[in-house]
Amino acid sequence: MYGAQIAFRNYNPALGFTGSPWVGLDHFVRFVQSFQFGRLLENTLTINALGLLIAFPIPIVLALIVNQLSSPRFKKFTQTVLYAPNFISVVVVVGMIFLLFSPRAGVVNNVIALFGGEPVFFMGDPDWFRPLYIGSDIWQNAGFSMIVYLAALTAIDPSLHEAARVDGANKWQRIWHIDIPGIMPVITILFILAIGNLFNLGFEKVLLMQTDLNLPTSEVIQTYVYKAGLQQAQFSYSAAIGLFNSAINLVLLTTFNWVAKRAGQSTLW
Amino acid sequence: MTQALFQPGARLSTKKPPRTPGTWRERAADPMFNVIAVGILLVGIIAIIYPLYFIVIASVSEPNEILNGNVWLWPRGFTLEGYQRIFSEASIMRGFANSVLYTVVGTAISVATILGAGYALSRKDLFGRTFFTFLFILTMFIDGGLIARYLVVRELGMLDTIWAVVLPGAVGVWNLIIARSFFEGNIPDELREAAQLDGANDFRFFFRIALPLSKPLIFLMIMIHLVANWNAFFDALIFLNDENKYPLQLVLRNVLIQSTVTDAGGAGALDSYAAAQRLGELIKYGMIVISTIPLLIVLPFMQKHFTQGALLGAVKS
Repeated sequence: MYGAQIAFRNYNPALGFTGSPWVGLDHFVRFVQSFQFGRLLENTLTINALGLLIAFPIPIVLALIVNQLSSPRFKKFTQTVLYAPNFISVVVVVGMIFLLFSPRAGVVNNVIALFGGEPVFFMGDPDWFRPLYIGSDIWQNAGFSMIVYLAALTAIDPSLHEAARVDGANKWQRIWHIDIPGIMPVITILFILAIGNLFNLGFEKVLLMQTDLNLPTSEVIQTYVYKAGLQQAQFSYSAAIGLFNSAINLVLLTTFNWVAKRAGQSTLW
Repeated sequence: MTQALFQPGARLSTKKPPRTPGTWRERAADPMFNVIAVGILLVGIIAIIYPLYFIVIASVSEPNEILNGNVWLWPRGFTLEGYQRIFSEASIMRGFANSVLYTVVGTAISVATILGAGYALSRKDLFGRTFFTFLFILTMFIDGGLIARYLVVRELGMLDTIWAVVLPGAVGVWNLIIARSFFEGNIPDELREAAQLDGANDFRFFFRIALPLSKPLIFLMIMIHLVANWNAFFDALIFLNDENKYPLQLVLRNVLIQSTVTDAGGAGALDSYAAAQRLGELIKYGMIVISTIPLLIVLPFMQKHFTQGALLGAVKS
């Protein structure tokens, strides 16, 4: 936090944090006016918003299904397998993508060849960056996110289910009228938290997945901060961009919390 | 209404729920659900297991067979060349040793500070308790950013030392909150008062009574940090320049990802380009296996503790 002040100064290592000249909002203005600004904002928003919309419901669906399984053994096995990828490092997951989707010897392209298709250079194609990023995110995290919903589901009073069953409600109806309303508070809170992190998610993975060829869609605000700041040593400029990013996050978080409160849902504070 | 109709034990007497009256569609609803549910789960399970399985069989297959699309369910042209090469590569072994060191030191520092701070924050008689809690939680939402973090570490003279990797992320606020809630819920004030009457001071109480009662928490914290430290690469990427200090994940990144672009395959010492490429692929598959599979094998045995942890965090939120 202390170091964040350099965003408003022209940082010079010889002068130190407090000794460098104060320039106010100059760096912010320069960023907003720069030619990359539109593209960075668009890429950051698209990848995160798409990721949220597609990935958010999947753990909920999985939890609702797993919760209905009657065999405890199959239930435990499914849970273990589904959340195992969470423990694989990001580096390895991205490494696996590069290997499996490689144009020369990747198993995916072998399948495509088997059906007579042309090999696709997945990692070099800007159009494929988003599907691969979001898909691998679901592959790695959906099972682990499922656990929280499963816990919320076990907290639902079983007598509700028994009663509904006696009344002749089938599984679809019980999920719709008992399970989903029962875990709604948890869904709302996790959704608000996800919105608050909209600009934060998975930056390390984006950086790893970047190739020179997919930059048009894969360059996001935080990877730009990393390059401008640490690789080109424009400390103050990039710190300002980073701060801009956190500010947007905070605004989003408070806005959606307020919306949820107005809608009568449970909120963070 | 449904509550009133329900009588405890009513369903226990019949083996099946009462047969649903009505049309065929209504009666088929539950079996249909089961088929769809199991179908979705099977697709998910295969989508997770097959890529991992493929990596394992590819790591012991003749690379040309993979290239020609002949490797699907079993290894073809069995070879251990990739592994031989990996275990004789100095940079990989050094990365392995560094990772073990960083993981052990990092986990020890994190667990010690989180347990200490968590316990202190759980004590209602702590001076400035609300203020300190607020300070910690503030950092969850406001953050100086990457550049500020880098410069602070640099000013402290920690660049290119082990401390740059293990210290900046040592105390995760989320874990701290889990620890605090655990102590609040499991170590009652009465216990401390009783111990004090018997002459135990704060340190003695913490080490002899509070900690032994918190084994699930300690175990959970150790597991979380072991996995997180082992898998971490980003702090090492920005704070370490000396290749001799790289942890395994960074070595992995250079071999698996960076080299894919140029296709040098991390086997530059070999004479011919084709041979280098061939071995390069094998090395990549093999490195994923040795860095990841051990973790996945012990995972089922630790599942209970992880799910408990996820729940501890969830309940509080």
